Amino acid sequence: MNYEYRNIFEIPCGRGFDAGAADTPDVDLGEFYPEEFIRDDLGPLCDVAEAEVVRHYTRLAAMNFGVDTGFYPLGSCTMKYNPKVNEEVANLPGFAAIHPYAAGQDAQGALKLIFELERYLAEICGMEAFTLCPAAGAHGELVGMLLTRAYHGSRGDDGRNVMLIPDSAHGTNPASARMAGFDVVAVASSDEWLIDLGDLKKKLDERVAGMMVTNPNTLGLFELEILDVAKAVHDAGGLLYFDGANLNALVGRARPGDMGFDICHVNLHKTFSTPHGGGGPGAGPVGVAERLVDFLPVPRVAKEGEEYFLDYDAPASIGQIRSFVGNFGVLVKAYAYIRQLGAAGLREVSAAAVLNANYLRAKVAKFLEVAGTAPCMHEFVASSAKFGRGSAGEIDKALIDAGFHPPTTYFPLVVHEALMIEPTETETKETLDAFAAALEKIVSDLSADANAYKGAPLRAPVRRLDEAGAAREPILTQMMAKGAGE
Amino acid sequence: MYPEELRYTETHEWVRVGDNVAVVGLTDHAQSELGDIVYLELPAAGTEVTAGGEFGVVESVKAASDLYAPLSGEVVGVNDAATGDPALVNRDCYGEGWLVKVELKDPSELENLKTAAEYKEFIGA
Repeated sequence: MNYEYRNIFEIPCGRGFDAGAADTPDVDLGEFYPEEFIRDDLGPLCDVAEAEVVRHYTRLAAMNFGVDTGFYPLGSCTMKYNPKVNEEVANLPGFAAIHPYAAGQDAQGALKLIFELERYLAEICGMEAFTLCPAAGAHGELVGMLLTRAYHGSRGDDGRNVMLIPDSAHGTNPASARMAGFDVVAVASSDEWLIDLGDLKKKLDERVAGMMVTNPNTLGLFELEILDVAKAVHDAGGLLYFDGANLNALVGRARPGDMGFDICHVNLHKTFSTPHGGGGPGAGPVGVAERLVDFLPVPRVAKEGEEYFLDYDAPASIGQIRSFVGNFGVLVKAYAYIRQLGAAGLREVSAAAVLNANYLRAKVAKFLEVAGTAPCMHEFVASSAKFGRGSAGEIDKALIDAGFHPPTTYFPLVVHEALMIEPTETETKETLDAFAAALEKIVSDLSADANAYKGAPLRAPVRRLDEAGAAREPILTQMMAKGAGE
Repeated sequence: MYPEELRYTETHEWVRVGDNVAVVGLTDHAQSELGDIVYLELPAAGTEVTAGGEFGVVESVKAASDLYAPLSGEVVGVNDAATGDPALVNRDCYGEGWLVKVELKDPSELENLKTAAEYKEFIGA
């Protein structure tokens, strides 16, 4: 297989299509446009024969690594296999071809699906109501922060400008809180890598609007004192926000609402069957407790008699946060997935996800340090710190040659040389064994020679990339831009 | 690694004071933990900074972190060479890779900072 390094515009192969001679007269563009906007020549327009187009994109696809190619234990990303049947359902013409401006009576099926999916998610999360509009997880976080602000504002409680976030959190949490205008204060982790309740209590006062918590946290550990955390935050007048990044560990078994969370988001593209990792689209529905329902974004899908409709009549709403009703195709896949599995199936998802993680954790703990005490939830964080700074990156590159996608690396920041491993429920014991064996061999090679894998990856389409160079001097211009090719 | 004449913060900045103007930079521990630094955001000259408050951002291939002012005062100098070539901070964090110069508002704040020995103990070096 030859890999593809050319842009489609760079493929020289004659004509793909001949439009024939123009049957309209030539015009002098100078009469209509300033000179600087007129090209001397057309530049490298894409003009490729059909067979070359097919080969180009097939080669590009072959360079990719996805969950359909191999094991992809990217911690906190829940890269599980997504059943193809859900793609098929989302591609049914009644769903895929519906126009976003279709009249309500022509979109009853779609509206019913949204209406029912909201209720499924509310049941799964123990929330009163959901909005399916947010386009992805971080967008859901922002919506949650705006809901928090709206709630306090509605009570005339305007002095609350601080959002508390554990130091193990995803970077999106502080970013979302900042975007909503909050000051972020970090809460320390305890020796067991859980929220330090003492530190939390020190930081709670009348300026605190709320706290964002990922549970289980990014180390794959369940926050054992979550009820005490919720009580402390509520006693101080704050709201508790659940980051649903790790819902795969809980689905069908424990509900954020029952833990005391007031707001939660769900990454449908992680837990509920949408392939992701290529930039989306995802969906980040947000659920709320009863006292926050009036603030949800519009439109809501409502039902009157037997008819579903988009309801914009919500005076206290934070407004519209996404065009139309969100990424509808993702919602269809989530609906199909939930309906196929049912409550019993969803319970098996979390059970297998946690079992797989603990099985792999026990194997890895024989040759790498693992943060926190067993058992873990759906993922765990190993550390290669004893093999020196940079060793986690070396392990990653070596894993690529062994045919595995590297784990999430150097995150969470609180663990040195972190390798965050999430196997998910869709992997077999044989795959987990093969991964553990490959990892053990790499670690053993590195302990004998820290430079053992300096050349890796050798079997990927590209060698080791210059990550610093790419960030410091990125080439962002497309060759179509005027002057870019000069 | 941690020059005796400097003072240090728990957020891994260093301070060199002379004539009421403090030079501020990132410690060797910080640059080493961050790895290859790819981006620096520093305040413009004339900006007022407060001890403990954020004054900029440092981004590496691993992480993005806030920079915290060790002392209060007015920014009177910014290392444009370092924003142009952030690798300077990796190569020479106490020299060419300095970040900002701050005219001190309250020199007594210096007493809140750590000595080299205290900082080394803090990071377990």
